[in-house]
Amino acid sequence: MSDHVDGNALAGDLREIFAVDLTVATGQCAGCGYRGSVATLHVYQNAPGLVARCPHCEEVVLRLVRAPGRAWLDLRGTVSLEIPLP
Amino acid sequence: MPIVSPGFTGRRQSPDVQLPPGQYLTEDFPVLTAGPTPRVPTDRWEFTVSTEIGQKHTWSWQQLIELPAEKITTDIHCVTKWSKLHTRWKGVSLDVLLEDVETAADFALVHSYGGYTTNLPLEDLLDGQAWIAYRYDDDDLTPEHGGPARLLVPHLYFWKSAKWVRGIRLLLEDEPGFWETAGYHDYGDPWREQRYQGD
Repeated sequence: MSDHVDGNALAGDLREIFAVDLTVATGQCAGCGYRGSVATLHVYQNAPGLVARCPHCEEVVLRLVRAPGRAWLDLRGTVSLEIPLP
Repeated sequence: MPIVSPGFTGRRQSPDVQLPPGQYLTEDFPVLTAGPTPRVPTDRWEFTVSTEIGQKHTWSWQQLIELPAEKITTDIHCVTKWSKLHTRWKGVSLDVLLEDVETAADFALVHSYGGYTTNLPLEDLLDGQAWIAYRYDDDDLTPEHGGPARLLVPHLYFWKSAKWVRGIRLLLEDEPGFWETAGYHDYGDPWREQRYQGD
């Protein structure tokens, strides 16, 4: 059994913070330069927060921690997110 | 063939059991991980303490297990709100490992195979409060629970008890670790419910 799920697991939590579905955005990994949709990330959710890792090099590209009434989003492992807009 | 009923063998939560605020009791041992589980063979395992002036003290696996070890029975408290009572460990006290380390540091940044880090005041690693644990419940510590060896600092939330521990950097200034840079409390005392920044 895999120890992670794919980036679609981020959809609900990210949607609470952003008005668009970020899982369709294209991110670039700050570690290896790999580009791919947020939905393809490897997400570790049995943890104190959501930890999304690059499917290519396994470096952390996104972390999302939820607390009552607030959330922390850490994107230091992401060079950029290209977000499709209507 | 006899029919064996497992019955109600689980321990019930006694009204006497006092848990830190917001915690619930669990009987199993949940596995939490922020990434792939490292598999570190003991013949390639080593543990390094580095001081603020760059002096390094390194132990191989063989050297670690030849040090005086202690058996520890302790309650553990995860920030995700489960607590587990009377867990049994074996490991080497940080008092032993840091005995000959000269340092003026007040802070420690623990780092792990796989890249995880966590920070705590150096004084919380001393005086019988912390161990490098390599046995759990009379068995070798499994990789899922941080084997071959993990830090055990049970008086703080369990994210401070870094799995797959690889070393400790002793620092003059506090340097927040993996969860401490993502919203979690810098210290993490379960009895004061220090879960998140500002708690």
